[in-house]
Amino acid sequence: MSQAPVLDLRGIHKSFGPVQVLHDVAFSVYPGEVTALVGDNGAGKSTLVKCIGGIYPIDSGEYFFEGEKVQVGGPRDAAALGVEIVYQDLALCDNLDIVQNMFLGRERRSGLILDEATMEELAARTLDGLAVRTVTSLRQRVSSLSGGQRQTVAIAKAVLWNSKVVILDEPTAALGVAQTAQVLDLVRRLADRGLAVVLISHNMNDVFAVSDRVAALYLGRMAAQVKTSEVTHSQVVELITAGRSGELGLQNGNGATS
Amino acid sequence: MTTTMVPEKGAAGAPAIAPHVRGYVERVRGGDLGALPAVTGLVVLCAVFSVLRPAFLSPINFANLFTQGAAVAIIAMGLIFVLLLGEIDLSAGFASGVCAAVLGVLLTNEGWPWYAAVLAAMATGAAIGLVLGTLVAKLGIPSFVVTLAAFLAFQGVVLLLLKEGTNISIRDQTILAIANKNMPPVLGWVCVAAGVLAYAALQIMQARRRTARGLSAVPTSLIAFRVGTLAVISGVAVFLLNLERSRNAAIVSLKGVPIVVPVIVVLLVVLTFVLQRTAYGRHIYAVGGNAEAARRAGINVDRIRISAFVICSFMASAGGVIAASRANSVDPNTGGSNVLLFAVGAAVIGGTSLFGGKGRALDALLGGAVVAVIENGMGLMGYTSGVKYAVTGCVLLLAAGVDALSRKRAAATGRR
Repeated sequence: MSQAPVLDLRGIHKSFGPVQVLHDVAFSVYPGEVTALVGDNGAGKSTLVKCIGGIYPIDSGEYFFEGEKVQVGGPRDAAALGVEIVYQDLALCDNLDIVQNMFLGRERRSGLILDEATMEELAARTLDGLAVRTVTSLRQRVSSLSGGQRQTVAIAKAVLWNSKVVILDEPTAALGVAQTAQVLDLVRRLADRGLAVVLISHNMNDVFAVSDRVAALYLGRMAAQVKTSEVTHSQVVELITAGRSGELGLQNGNGATS
Repeated sequence: MTTTMVPEKGAAGAPAIAPHVRGYVERVRGGDLGALPAVTGLVVLCAVFSVLRPAFLSPINFANLFTQGAAVAIIAMGLIFVLLLGEIDLSAGFASGVCAAVLGVLLTNEGWPWYAAVLAAMATGAAIGLVLGTLVAKLGIPSFVVTLAAFLAFQGVVLLLLKEGTNISIRDQTILAIANKNMPPVLGWVCVAAGVLAYAALQIMQARRRTARGLSAVPTSLIAFRVGTLAVISGVAVFLLNLERSRNAAIVSLKGVPIVVPVIVVLLVVLTFVLQRTAYGRHIYAVGGNAEAARRAGINVDRIRISAFVICSFMASAGGVIAASRANSVDPNTGGSNVLLFAVGAAVIGGTSLFGGKGRALDALLGGAVVAVIENGMGLMGYTSGVKYAVTGCVLLLAAGVDALSRKRAAATGRR
């Protein structure tokens, strides 16, 4: 694809005390595409995502957004750029309803008072736009929703803000077959609307079902970033488990030395 | 979004009430009991006491209930903010004592005007909250420990302020009036009328606006029911309070709504507004429900924590001023002994969860009423303090048990 990446990371290093979690990671995300971010447990997927989202500061490296170098110092900076993250543990408040959750931290107000009517309208429009028909009332508490519905709300929350990059951390991990299909369908629709979607997943079926590109992390290094159509199932598994697969991947053995 | 986009139409074109009733029944069944236990308890207790001791229903006793319960209810209203975060403030009782002592010393010993002394007392309250909140939020000491330490320390501070336990009497007429004087009967009726009308107008306006925008609105019949309930309760209360309750009306007439009642109502309205209608209130619920989610949503969790403690101690200072007014004096026991436990009990009995994320300012009043009725009714029955304490303790345990059980049930039915 000739399009420029909307989000482009270069030479990212991140360590927690003596433990270096990310080594010289490069990562690009393109609009209108689903980029699958894969890797074994502890490969650094979640850390990378949290660096993108501004939860963790990066130690060194460059963060380009729409071609411009930016500094992301916190979640609000990332949100201001248009980067939204849907975390594995969802980050929804069970005691609040759907609308309240979708606008949490960015409530619409008229003067001092919350503008509930506008928020409800916008939430309804967003869910309609995503063709979500599984929730009966927007004023339902999140605690009464099923796993798939919660995931839907979390994703809708992310796209409510005209975001440009939506990162989904294992959105299907805890879901049944039907709900997984629903969520993957939603993921595809986000990309078709022109958003850049990053999908973190352990599930190869999910990866091959919806993604356009695959980025594989191996022990904190980016082993390869390739088009999904150009690799096979087993090649991706090799990249995840060994960091290389034939011509692809890290060429200096196990990648632990540098 | 099918149902929300199309407002449900009743027979007369108005939104139907049935779904609301059904929704409420479902919520209660699902373990979200709300105010139900407190209201039921209040009705049962009042019925029992009025049968056993007809004096319970006398106008003078009814007025006493308000002045007896006022300080605890106000402290409980502040505690709600801390409880909503899943924290606890054990020092609220003695914080109110410290503030009352500051008031007494400044007013009587230093001769300050009442408004300056009250301001100083409330500033003391806010400062206490700031310190407690900062220790909890920034240093990460569990609120239980921080406020337990403060509970002990403030007990000492009260003694120090009062020079080892001397009793400072309050002679300022304005301060004394808060808990001891009454509004003119006519003014009581005017306030009720204005309050009910304002409530009705707000509800109707909100429903109209939502209907106009095609959103589901509260049906008119439900609004009528709510407004009617408010009108009946406040009307009966004011009627009873406006009855002559002096033993000898020829010497001194005693009637009208105690001034402390409108003070409580105003505080209730303000705190309810803050919790339900402002972004700040929404953030309090969010932090109580899932602090990590709130943090990720860009909410400054530490600032919310600190502010909740400030509000709690500030309300405690207001409770301290009222306690001083009612007792006509400040002594080392002001805000001590059972005040804190009654306040926590009031909040929990009213339906505020000790686990955070669930509660309303109104809970403090409902629970406070239950506590005051127990205290008052058992006093009339001639039980000793020992029995009263034991019973109140059991009621608190019962309320906490209901809270825990309803939470369990809510988790089982997916309505945590």
